[in-house]
Amino acid sequence: MIEDHRDMKKSTMFDLLVLVIRRDLVLAMRRRADVLTTLIFFVMVVSLFPLGVGPEMDMLRKMAAGVLWVAALLSSMLSLGRLFSADYLDGTLEQMMLAPQSLSMLVLGKMAAHWMVSGLPLVMLAPVLGLQFDMPVREIGVLIAGLLLGTPILSMVGAIGAALTLGLRGGGVLLSLLVLPLCIPVLIFGAGAVEAVSSGLPIASHLSLLGALLVLSLVFTPWVTAQALRISME
Amino acid sequence: MSLDIWMRENPLAYVWIGSYAVALLIFAIEIAMVIHKRKITLQQVRLMRDAKNETFGNETYGDEE
Amino acid sequence: MAINWFKYAAPTTFYGLAGKMIPWFAVSAALLFCAGLYIGFFVAPVDAQQGEFYRIIFIHVPTSILSMFLYLIMAGYAALGLVFNTRLSSMMASAIAPTGALFAFISLWTGALWGKPMWGAWWMWDARLTSELILLFLYLGFIALHASIDDPRRADRAAALLAIVGSVNVPIIYFSVQWWNTLHQGSTIKFSGTTMHVVMQQALLIMLLACWSYAFAVVLARVRSIILERERNTTWITQIPGVAEFPEAKR
Repeated sequence: MIEDHRDMKKSTMFDLLVLVIRRDLVLAMRRRADVLTTLIFFVMVVSLFPLGVGPEMDMLRKMAAGVLWVAALLSSMLSLGRLFSADYLDGTLEQMMLAPQSLSMLVLGKMAAHWMVSGLPLVMLAPVLGLQFDMPVREIGVLIAGLLLGTPILSMVGAIGAALTLGLRGGGVLLSLLVLPLCIPVLIFGAGAVEAVSSGLPIASHLSLLGALLVLSLVFTPWVTAQALRISME
Repeated sequence: MSLDIWMRENPLAYVWIGSYAVALLIFAIEIAMVIHKRKITLQQVRLMRDAKNETFGNETYGDEE
Repeated sequence: MAINWFKYAAPTTFYGLAGKMIPWFAVSAALLFCAGLYIGFFVAPVDAQQGEFYRIIFIHVPTSILSMFLYLIMAGYAALGLVFNTRLSSMMASAIAPTGALFAFISLWTGALWGKPMWGAWWMWDARLTSELILLFLYLGFIALHASIDDPRRADRAAALLAIVGSVNVPIIYFSVQWWNTLHQGSTIKFSGTTMHVVMQQALLIMLLACWSYAFAVVLARVRSIILERERNTTWITQIPGVAEFPEAKR
């Protein structure tokens, strides 16, 4: 197995990644309703806020970024439960763990696919919702940049929680309890960037910190998630 | 509002009832829970031992009964 | 050192050792609490700015410090248990969690009570209060994950991984919250400006030691129960005091 590992070329690692992503995307397309539900949840949560706090445009403009970020956080929690559970139930996950290829790479592929299915649509929908809150175009641009950097982190950190709560009763709620505190920095920097641009401050520091978090999670979370899967599958 | 006034007039009472009494109460509850858990666990262990001895006894000396 | 530490890494021997240590820690905790409270309330002078209210510091600061240290200790034990597969470390980690969570809660509660006379509000989104709240969430996550997995081995390992991820995250969270707070220019009162009286520092130190002793006593007592629970199928357990002197019920 170790020999296999050494022989493996870079291209095969990349091929594997693409393969896993494509497979998960095809599976997601077969269950389109799941993807849509997450999106509808996102839109609904965002639309509930004005009803809750009142229609004053000044206030809504101020809180728009925070509301969109919190809604993105919550809706990404919704879809995380499905990240490994289907593969766990039909035994595919066990096969993946026995495969000679590195589990971290497979996990990274699954994270990427999860982001494309549940993170990317949110990012694309965010401008429309931003307009609902009367956000200026510049702020919407920063919001999108922040979401593009931040939502992959949510998928990656969330994957750790999804792996740890695999097959547990009440896993969904537990997952949120575990993952949400860990996502607070993303929320702070993402929403902070929009606030900085609205008050005329430079945004580079916020976005570069988000980028740093993204790189950190890219390096560590696949391996940690693989360890978590090993613990859960024992 | 009345709490505000009371707190300014009796700062020590506020500090004691609000912080120290609550903290000590929490400590007391935790101690009670730890003691209770120990009691329950010991009871459980005794029950397990008795149950094991019984089955063991029945298996080996089953003809005694 | 002459003591063979590895001997005490086995739950069997540690059970006895912990039993011997608990009374010492309990008694010293009680004495130190009394001494600390006496000095804090009767010897330490009234603060010029904050009046009597500052006396909350003697419970607030030790519990805050303990809640943070206990998380690190818990994560350390959890990591030991995960890497070296030592059962006792995992048991210690799960024994520390409830105490740490309670300390975090007391710290939040007393912080709020301190905030009311000082800031005029029970809760400020102050960087320290907010980080403490998130720390409490991390403790609760650890406890909830451990409680919802039935297999103790998997529970230990999964919770350990979570604790490690959490401890890596704690500095990031603390930094981000502090940064967020300075951006918002909250009305945080800086206490560092006022010089602390020596007696106040002594009282604080004694209360800190009292909290440490208390935490040790409670955690050791809890870990003893956990050891019993996990090892209830072994024979050594029938010889321990508390079980051995109760003869089998006659039927």
